[in-house]
Amino acid sequence: MIAVLLILIPLITGLATFFIRNDKLVKAWSLFATVITLAVSISGIWLVKDAKYLEHHGTWLQILGSSFSVKLDALGQLLCLLTAIGYFLIFTATWKNVYSKSYNFYGLMLLALSGLMGVYLAMDALLLYFFWELTLIPVYFLCSQWGGERRIAVTFKFFVYTFLGSILMLVGILYLQSKTADHSFSIKSFYELQTTLSKGDQSWLFWLFFIAFAVKMPIFPFHTWQPDTYQQSPTSTTMVLSGLMVKMGLLGLIRWLVPILSIGAEMWSYTVIPLALIGLIYASLIALRLSDMKLIIAYSSIAHVALMCVAVFASNEIAMQGVLLQMFNHGINIIGMWMVADMIEKRTGTTKFSGLGGLAQKAPTMAIFFVIISLANIALPLTNGFAGEFLMFTGIMKIHSPYYLWFTIAACAGVVLGAAYTLRMVRKIFYGELSTEVTGFEDVSLNEKLALSLVVILILVLGIYPQAILNMTDSFSKDFIERINIIQFLPSKTGI
Amino acid sequence: MNALIISAVWGVVMMFSGILLKQKSAVRNLAIAGMVLLLVVNIFETNGTAFFNVDTRGMMYFDRFALIFNSIAIMLSLLFLLLSAKDMEKVGINYAEYLALIFFILCGIVLTSSFKSLLILFLGIEIISIPLYILTGSDKLNLKSNEASLKYFLQGSFSTGLMLMGIAFIYGDKGSFLTSVIAPLNGLPSALLIAGMLLLLFSMAFKASAAPFHFWTPDVYDGAPTVFTSYMATIVKAAVFIAFIRLFDEAFGNLQHVWKLTIAIITVATLFIGNITAVFQQSVKRMLAYSSISQAGFMLLAIYSMNTDGKEGLLLYVIAYSLATIGLFAVLAKMSDYSYDGFNGLARQQPFLAMLITIFVLSLSGIPLTAGFLSKFLMLKATLAAGGSLWLVIVAVVMAVISISYYFRILQAMYFKNAEKENIIIVSSQFKWTLAVLATLLILLGIFPNLFFGFFYF
Repeated sequence: MIAVLLILIPLITGLATFFIRNDKLVKAWSLFATVITLAVSISGIWLVKDAKYLEHHGTWLQILGSSFSVKLDALGQLLCLLTAIGYFLIFTATWKNVYSKSYNFYGLMLLALSGLMGVYLAMDALLLYFFWELTLIPVYFLCSQWGGERRIAVTFKFFVYTFLGSILMLVGILYLQSKTADHSFSIKSFYELQTTLSKGDQSWLFWLFFIAFAVKMPIFPFHTWQPDTYQQSPTSTTMVLSGLMVKMGLLGLIRWLVPILSIGAEMWSYTVIPLALIGLIYASLIALRLSDMKLIIAYSSIAHVALMCVAVFASNEIAMQGVLLQMFNHGINIIGMWMVADMIEKRTGTTKFSGLGGLAQKAPTMAIFFVIISLANIALPLTNGFAGEFLMFTGIMKIHSPYYLWFTIAACAGVVLGAAYTLRMVRKIFYGELSTEVTGFEDVSLNEKLALSLVVILILVLGIYPQAILNMTDSFSKDFIERINIIQFLPSKTGI
Repeated sequence: MNALIISAVWGVVMMFSGILLKQKSAVRNLAIAGMVLLLVVNIFETNGTAFFNVDTRGMMYFDRFALIFNSIAIMLSLLFLLLSAKDMEKVGINYAEYLALIFFILCGIVLTSSFKSLLILFLGIEIISIPLYILTGSDKLNLKSNEASLKYFLQGSFSTGLMLMGIAFIYGDKGSFLTSVIAPLNGLPSALLIAGMLLLLFSMAFKASAAPFHFWTPDVYDGAPTVFTSYMATIVKAAVFIAFIRLFDEAFGNLQHVWKLTIAIITVATLFIGNITAVFQQSVKRMLAYSSISQAGFMLLAIYSMNTDGKEGLLLYVIAYSLATIGLFAVLAKMSDYSYDGFNGLARQQPFLAMLITIFVLSLSGIPLTAGFLSKFLMLKATLAAGGSLWLVIVAVVMAVISISYYFRILQAMYFKNAEKENIIIVSSQFKWTLAVLATLLILLGIFPNLFFGFFYF
């Protein structure tokens, strides 16, 4: 019920938006839609406890062995909440942005929301694939239509990367389905494959899935579409891409890839972890040399997601809890960063350091907000970033590998670099001499203040009391670890 | 049998209507009425009411698969007429004859979908081909059209020759034209049989425009008047594929180990050549010609896998591909500029039409929620089920990704580019709504394929 509503509300409101021709009304209507979605997702966490209202099994495509199965589990709750909050923040912060044909813009945004919800909730592999692609199509149009100068080529690159990844995943899904006992796409039958699929199969199937998720996250070396796309897309779409859509990749790892192909994941984890760490360091180093705020945020996102990916493959409970917490926090923080970037771009027409500087003199409130968000991005204690990263580091320390120390050192180096480039960015933009090119820079308006304060409140609340989320995901992480630990006892395991 | 006889009779009726009826709209309405009648009688036969009982001595057999395909072909032809019949007026003065030829082609399609004897197959293929040679050259004053017609005729006759020779070889080995006699194998197949089979394979691949027998396709599709290209590339191609799969299922099903690898190689070559060449086209019409080759590559997967999923998937594929391609060609026929630039800024000028084109393009590229996705999905599923062919599946999906690059150029032109000069495209609202029916069918089949699969299981 709740799960279906989460998908249907944005879908229907989104389709309706295409027919509204009044700009103000379009914005109010889509904000209203996100508020309703937010309310439903909150009620799915704290009000409705009965499991039968949280899931739905509809018959659909039964000839192919698929069904419309959606379920709101802890991971879904977390991500749906994040996405609903994220959309609310985005629509509030960009309330005054002007888009040509705003009905199309907001309609597509809501359709993307619907697709995202579907990905988080799908408990059927074919359904997952459907929603996976359905998030892509609106985003393709959003970025190509309302983006920057090089938008068409850049978005096309993004589309091809993602499409290639997802269609390889489809091949993997089909192969797995042909191996299931009851020839169905349901996640339950897929989970049973964990112990029955041969080691060789798991090994190559891993890559079919991993590439799809790695492109989405993105993990080095599949990340090359990302900085360009983030830079060229309209900022509100970039917020969706970087804050919310990267979670699709992580969700794919946590819910699908690692529990189903546990042996494959274990076999390849010492390939994936170094790759992610290389990406982490590499992105941080690049961010240190860049002089465009948007690009720095994009690379910072690559670095953060890479760390989460490492923690997923650490395969222990602490790391898992850290990932889940950080998934939420990263979404909030990165959306906050983009919000400020958007405000600056709207006011000055640039996000390059050369045209900025000393903005704190003109806009003290914005500066304070941005400093807090930046500190959260660095994971300073008492901000939300800290608890998650701390848990992840503890988890990475516990990786069963002779190189665990190196992994931890590399990850820590990434965080130190993160502090360096984030603070550098803050300094170049908000402090120092007031740039001569900046004239008439206004401080935050009411709607922006509202959105930014909400971000800061979330940062502080979750920084001081991360337990709110950890309690929610506790049993999920336990189940996850138990499920993947089964393979320890398999006879085939001894051969690895 | 109902559809066979009525289509032949109605073809003759259409020829006379050109003399008797003065108004073109009357001729057109007569053709549409004939198509509706065909559809009705064919559905009657599907439900067990045959109006004609002709003893074919086992040379034809109207089973459910054949009848459903006939319904599909007639229905697509009906939609085609509703959309494009008006545009045929622009081609030349022999309006009634064009429509008559379409009915004769349908007659051939019914033959090819329900043959049990190689003779009927040959007749069917020829009855389809000869009207097509005429239609290709129907734009008499256009050199390209003439060239295309001649080229098609020469190469087509060559492939017909191959086919006849193949049939003769097989007759020499087995002493019969009936597929039921050809199929059983005692011991090893003779060289004569295998040679015959390969010749048939090549000539069918020619008709299906599979590489390396595809060279006629781009020129012919490009040269023929756009309305007829549309018919050739969709319904006719579908019929060829149905004949192809029936032939290799019923006559050569026991020889799978012989032709499987050949088909796989042809499939890969077709996918590769179709997709890669399409990327470099500047004209949308020519791009669609290559796209039809690449889509044929996907349909070949059904023949490769030769199982239930493959056969049902092929029918769905045929519908999905034909609906989208007929729609695109119908729009193209209204345009003056066939290059991608001709589509520039269409979304601003005709937002509804642009949306419909978007659905067609998304379906052709296999994006979920369209029939195009499900049909590609079934092809992949069938191929995987056939076993040992993962490499083929991977090649196919990589090619599907490449196909995005040329299909999406249409979207990019329509939505994200501005027209330098106003490309005025005038379409009637009736045209738009018929197109909308096509698009709705694509979406409906994409979301509820049970509507379609239900036919097989009641």
